[in-house]
Amino acid sequence: MSDVVIKVENLWKEYRLGTISHHSMVMDLQSWWARMRGKEDPNSQISSLNSHPSSEVDRFWALQDVSFEVKRGDLIGIIGRNGAGKSTLLKILSKVTTPTRGQVTYKGRIASLLEVGTGFHPELTGRENIFLNGAILGMGKDEIRRKFDEIVDFAEVEKFIDTPVKRYSSGMYVRLAFGVAAHLEPEILIVDEVLAVGDAQFQKKCLGKMGEVGKDGRTVLFVSHNMAAVESLCQRALLLDYGKVDIIDDAASVVNYYLSKGSSRSAECQYGRELDNLHFVRSFVGVDGVCPQSIIGLASPVAIVLDYVVPSAAKQVQIVCHLWSSRDVHIMTTADVDMTPEHLEIREAGHYRVRFNIPENTLAPGEYYLSFACGVPNVHLLDEQQGPAFEITDVDSYAASWSGARKDVLLALPLKWETKQLNL
Amino acid sequence: MTENSQTEVLQIIRPVSGWFDLHLTDLWRYRDLIMLFVRRDFVAVYKQTILGPLWYLLQPIMTTIVFTFVFGNIAKIPTDGVPPTLFYFAGLTVWSYFSGCLNRTSNTFVNNAGIFGKVYFPRLSVPLSVVISGLIGFFIQMTLFIAILIFYNFQGAVIGFNPLYILALPLLILQIAALGLGFGIIVSSLTTKYRDLVQLVGFGVQLWMYATPIAYPSSQVPDRWQWVIALNPMTPVVEMFRFTFLGVGTINLWQIGQSLMATVIILFIGIILFSRVEKNFMDTV
Repeated sequence: MSDVVIKVENLWKEYRLGTISHHSMVMDLQSWWARMRGKEDPNSQISSLNSHPSSEVDRFWALQDVSFEVKRGDLIGIIGRNGAGKSTLLKILSKVTTPTRGQVTYKGRIASLLEVGTGFHPELTGRENIFLNGAILGMGKDEIRRKFDEIVDFAEVEKFIDTPVKRYSSGMYVRLAFGVAAHLEPEILIVDEVLAVGDAQFQKKCLGKMGEVGKDGRTVLFVSHNMAAVESLCQRALLLDYGKVDIIDDAASVVNYYLSKGSSRSAECQYGRELDNLHFVRSFVGVDGVCPQSIIGLASPVAIVLDYVVPSAAKQVQIVCHLWSSRDVHIMTTADVDMTPEHLEIREAGHYRVRFNIPENTLAPGEYYLSFACGVPNVHLLDEQQGPAFEITDVDSYAASWSGARKDVLLALPLKWETKQLNL
Repeated sequence: MTENSQTEVLQIIRPVSGWFDLHLTDLWRYRDLIMLFVRRDFVAVYKQTILGPLWYLLQPIMTTIVFTFVFGNIAKIPTDGVPPTLFYFAGLTVWSYFSGCLNRTSNTFVNNAGIFGKVYFPRLSVPLSVVISGLIGFFIQMTLFIAILIFYNFQGAVIGFNPLYILALPLLILQIAALGLGFGIIVSSLTTKYRDLVQLVGFGVQLWMYATPIAYPSSQVPDRWQWVIALNPMTPVVEMFRFTFLGVGTINLWQIGQSLMATVIILFIGIILFSRVEKNFMDTV
């Protein structure tokens, strides 16, 4: 029992959706005044339609009954899709916000690296920022002074220590910021995606430092989308799914479970029945084109499958698929008649299944979704329908070390650069 | 405070409970941070402007000139027999520190949402540091004020300086700071919910200045408006300051007591509201 440094018990966190108070103070005072006199709230007409003013509709549980324990010296990875509640959990642990229900008991100091360089002021020098940043993270002046040389050493910025950080390169900036945080020596360190920045060599150094921290008997909570890093760094991992703890086990098996969790609802779409026209029945993405899988490795092809029904023979019809990024960038459109124009002539009545592959090593790590439509080329497009969504992840590939500006790219084509020296 | 002693302490993160969960001891633990914030504020102001700290002087000088012209020469409001320049400058020195504290603390949450969203430290350290760094400007203005005072003295103006009251000056400054901070953090707590309040503060403070005897002595206020002046907690502060250095002003103990009470209450309400808001405001921004 004495070994447990973090004990999370039945943690719930509720967020309200939309704007919380889009009305002005005058309206709030009006409502309050009305309630004081026991009259009906003049501003409640709209919300009273949903029987209860603060109905469940505009509420959202980011964390639901989350409980787990972390032992001293554990390096535990926290993984999950976007919106699974990872950030909320970290925010509660780092005391940025409070839980709605439940409690967390911990021993020692918790320091978080929610984002490196928090509180850095561009006008201040590296030296001044070390002190400021250190203090923000909870260090006293003497403590920072003791570790100052070590931090500067680690960040490799000796020469520029008295230069305002606005003149630093982004690499130097990150190194300095991570340096401060890494030398904080808290009992519990929370790391969120810091490794997404800096060059590969520096990333290795950070990983090393984190491993070291773990060996010192300190505890590290590591949140990342980089499955390779989680697997190699952490002993244990926690998978969050829609605000609930899905599984907590040794890192390798959790990562495997997460990656193979193919039956996620969004990887597959069912469509409603429509008797007269051509209509879609089901669509999904996967690796083999047999079963849906929503998380696909960069090195696997993405198979897209669509079942549709043609009730009566149709002419001049094509099936179209659009590919979108999670940020709604329209990446490409492909149609079944592109390469097989003969389909355009006549499509007999019956059930059809189409399948095509996006080749491996094409889409960059990230989330994507599809939409389908059918129509007559150059005349009209009918019924654009949501299709399945999927996520490309980078496990042990050349893209695993991608960082910075490359984080948001859409393509990951493995291009060989041919380099030769010119003797001019 | 060694790390070992910390290790053994069990700490608990709980839902918000009650209004009096203030944890002000945290503030003391983070005192180094407060001083570093002060330094940052000062350095940032100094580095990003052409005139640097000279701005602290320019603003009251210009305002004093305008006041002397408008209220002294055009409206011809008497200044209790003190040279108008000195009279206005004394009032403006006090007022600019107070309004600076109020204005700059009133957007604490909105301005610092980025950093507050990432790491925990006692939020109160930000407005506290603002109030402390405001002292730098205040003392620069004080120095100029005393220089002008000495200048007028050599010119032969009769100025009733009350040296004994200087002892009360630190308390006076503390009260200005507390009042500015109190109002500022009340506003900043409310602005997380009502953004339109920020608009109000800017000109509210402006109006408030005219309800305070800055551009006129309180002795000139008609009887039926005296209660406004008396209710204003800034009135005795300004009058005390003028009385200390210029020997004019209406002070009575009852008013001072009342204003001190108001200061304590406002600061207290401010701290309670602020502590309440700081815990969950990240969800509402």
